[in-house]
Amino acid sequence: MSVIAVRQLGQNALTDNAWVRFAVRRTGRLLLSLWVLVTAAFIMIHALPGDPVRAALGPTAPVELVAQRRAAMGLDDPLWSQYLHYLGNLLTGDLGTSMTSGLPVAEVIGDRMGATVEMAVLAFAVAVVVAVPLGTAMAALASDGRRRVGDWMFTSTSVVLATIPEFLMAVGLVFVFGVQLGWAPVAGRAGPGSYVLPVLALAIGPAAVLARIVRVEMLAVLHTDYIRTARAKRLPPRVLYLRHALPNALTATLTVGGLLLGGLVAGTVLVENVFAWPGLGGTIVRSILAKDYPTVQGVVLVYGVGVLLVNLTVDVALAVLDPRSAIRES
Amino acid sequence: MAPATRSRWIGALRSPLGVTAATLLLVVLLLAVVAPLVWQSRADAVSPADILQGSSARHPVGTDLLGRDILARVLVATRLSVALALAATAIGVLAGLLLGTAPMLLGRRAGRWIAALINVAVAFPNLLLALFFAVIFGVGAKGAVLAIGFATAPGFARLTQTMVATVAGRDFIAAARIAGIGRIRILVRHVLPNIAEPLVVTATMAAGGSLLSFAGLSFLGLGVQAPSYDWGRLLGEGLAQIYIHPAGALAAGVAVVVAAMAFNLTGEAVARAIGLRSPQAGARPADDAPPVARAGGTYQAGSSLLSVRNLSVTFPAGADEVTPVREVSLELRRGEAVGIVGESGSGKSLAALAIAQLVPAPGRVHAERLEFLGADLRAGSGKAHRRLLGTSLAMVFQDPMTSLNPTQRVGRQLAEVVRQHEGADRTRAWARAVDRLRAVRIPAAERRARQLPHEFSGGMRQRAMIGMGVMASPALIIADEPTTALDVTVQRQVLRLLENIRTAEDVALLFISHDVTVVAQVCERVLVMYAGRIVEDLPAGELMHDARHPYTGALVAAVPGMDTDRELPLAAVPGRPPEPGRLPAGCAFAPRCPLATARCREQDPPLATYGGDRRVACWHADLAPTVAPQQTSAAGQPAAAGTEGSTA
Ligand code: SF4
Repeated sequence: MSVIAVRQLGQNALTDNAWVRFAVRRTGRLLLSLWVLVTAAFIMIHALPGDPVRAALGPTAPVELVAQRRAAMGLDDPLWSQYLHYLGNLLTGDLGTSMTSGLPVAEVIGDRMGATVEMAVLAFAVAVVVAVPLGTAMAALASDGRRRVGDWMFTSTSVVLATIPEFLMAVGLVFVFGVQLGWAPVAGRAGPGSYVLPVLALAIGPAAVLARIVRVEMLAVLHTDYIRTARAKRLPPRVLYLRHALPNALTATLTVGGLLLGGLVAGTVLVENVFAWPGLGGTIVRSILAKDYPTVQGVVLVYGVGVLLVNLTVDVALAVLDPRSAIRES
Repeated sequence: MAPATRSRWIGALRSPLGVTAATLLLVVLLLAVVAPLVWQSRADAVSPADILQGSSARHPVGTDLLGRDILARVLVATRLSVALALAATAIGVLAGLLLGTAPMLLGRRAGRWIAALINVAVAFPNLLLALFFAVIFGVGAKGAVLAIGFATAPGFARLTQTMVATVAGRDFIAAARIAGIGRIRILVRHVLPNIAEPLVVTATMAAGGSLLSFAGLSFLGLGVQAPSYDWGRLLGEGLAQIYIHPAGALAAGVAVVVAAMAFNLTGEAVARAIGLRSPQAGARPADDAPPVARAGGTYQAGSSLLSVRNLSVTFPAGADEVTPVREVSLELRRGEAVGIVGESGSGKSLAALAIAQLVPAPGRVHAERLEFLGADLRAGSGKAHRRLLGTSLAMVFQDPMTSLNPTQRVGRQLAEVVRQHEGADRTRAWARAVDRLRAVRIPAAERRARQLPHEFSGGMRQRAMIGMGVMASPALIIADEPTTALDVTVQRQVLRLLENIRTAEDVALLFISHDVTVVAQVCERVLVMYAGRIVEDLPAGELMHDARHPYTGALVAAVPGMDTDRELPLAAVPGRPPEPGRLPAGCAFAPRCPLATARCREQDPPLATYGGDRRVACWHADLAPTVAPQQTSAAGQPAAAGTEGSTA
């Protein structure tokens, strides 16, 4: 189904009014989430036990240097003025300065974000491209009631794969493909080959979960009356499954897919550390260990915003695919 | 825990999955207690002579950088790993409970803020929250426990909140509130016990998750710090040596996964057993049993539109199979209207689906003959076959509310028929769809065609379904209880529409209904089905007053007349139809039949020609007319089995 057709369908189904209400409500929620996120990131630094500057510079650093840094960061101002200052800086894209390298945090993040986004997006794409056809096919096989063994194998395999967290998957992949077979590079980001293992490590778990969801949803849809109607029209299987069944199974799939994508964003942290991937995941772990709090704060914000954007995209896609979901919520 | 609850938990652990998971969990917990006592010294024994050795008799999984036995270290690490995960989960549950019950305790306004906060927090993945809290609580085991605990709290808070809201709506809570019992008391005495079970189950599963998260944090160096070690740290250490000596990383990795699965699956097994989650819809097995066909019906096949002989439908039932439709034979001429009546469960709908080749798996259809427009429907499902059925055989189903695809515009669903089967282009197909919608009297058809089904009323949807049926030029419309879901006025409109189409286009109609009156009006011939068989076949004109089969008589007698008291429950044929799996020997109707004799209970009467143009399956067909309304109602038991409703 083309995007335009879907959109028209949505617009036909909902009055403009309902769309406006949906947009207002969703934007409101986004702003609230953003505010909570930003405030939490601010509180994070102030909730730390002890002096963050002292912690970063180490116990041997001269008192004057600590005092000077504190003053430069405005840590001695009243809390509310620090908060306002922080919000103002955020609006201008100023995320502070790294305490270890002295570089602006925004710059560090800008350098490294690309690699992370690339990995996450690729992994999600792989998961979807594998899971949707696989789940659909398994549902089609299961619904004719004969491939019991195949069905059982699919379910148990997917349960196991879904339980293995991405960093263990990464280690396993490194072992099998890097150490045993020597097929793919296991560290760094150089050339297309280096993407294979990290992307797979991230994608396999979500793909397994997603394929199961698609299968269950498709099975449910295949038993509905309107699919019986479609069968009665003697549509070719391709049209029956892709045009009639799949769009109806996508609502739940998309909801779960959104959660998975959010989780996948977080999963990059671990996977990057296994593969020495030059992304934000390495940065945040190193910064936490070095107690470089401004950097940590900035990276946490970026991850958080990433997750919020994913959720927003999913909600909008849901509303377009199934306009009733937008009304139901209001 | 109440005894009933306990027995359900035990029941859960009896399933193969439950047993495996619970055993695994026991082993993990046992190791957590025992392993450090047994293997601690071995795990800590540094041996410079044995650095990074492979598997040997003394070190089954080899040794690490300091020559320590890896297996012993992995086993010993069980305690710390599991203990930390459990501690984190406990913190998560506790914090979640506090947050989740806060809306109830603090009143509406504060509650709403907390709920909003929870909503925001659950949107973030666990690991991200854990990292966030790890910064606040500091690097190390203690910080990581708190971090993971707090990271899982929003999920539990959400769960608690939903459950509390459900429980709080129940009567006894309202009663307690009116009785002036304080909020905290209500919470502790009434609400918590009711949500404890699902909470414990979820916590069990969450413990598996915490175990994984902990391994992740330790692996990153943010969790357990040297010299202590848990699985995550062993994994991190092992990864550095994965080229020289992969066993270290793999052993720790396997331990984490196995332990996490033990928690997850145990939780899942219990959750399934107590009905928190529905078990996966599994397909039933299909047997390749030979068709159960018995010599039946003496009906002669002519050159007709639809010719069915000895059609049966079987479904597997455990190792056995049931045959809810048996020995159905019928003929339909062009333009003829034939009705099938029977109670729900008589197999009439299934018979119709079988004729249309739409019986869902794992059902199987067998027939000696199944011909439509001269084509054998049993053979193949190729393109020509699809095209024939798609254009010449139209189906109208019972529930118009669910029979149209909710995500597609109505016009498109109609247009599709000619696009697929006649290769019509988009514009032409759409024009035809609008034309047909107009033909079935949908007002403003042009605009309506662009709408989604949920914007149509029930009657309009059913008319749209009929419009869909006449998109091509059908020779036969099979209508399965097309008016049952509609109200009386709309019913009449739909019936009239079907009638018009039939007479104008010379379309045959196979009309399935539980309603004898409607069938008598609409059809020319009527087939009466009971327990999967046709028991009588007669002209519609004779249905209401000259039925030969006692069952037909009983159906007619159950029709409310002009003088029936409308306040009374609808009359029904006394007794219940037999289940397809356990038909009585002899005549299936015998247990309910006032005329039944010993012969009836021993021999099944065949469907035999009776008086020229009728068929009846009854040993005492000649006596039947005497079974007038008085006799059946004398049998008492009103409305034991409703005559309305659909068949499966
Ligand atoms: S065969 Fe006997 S039991 Fe069956 S319907 Fe006829 S009279 Fe009744």
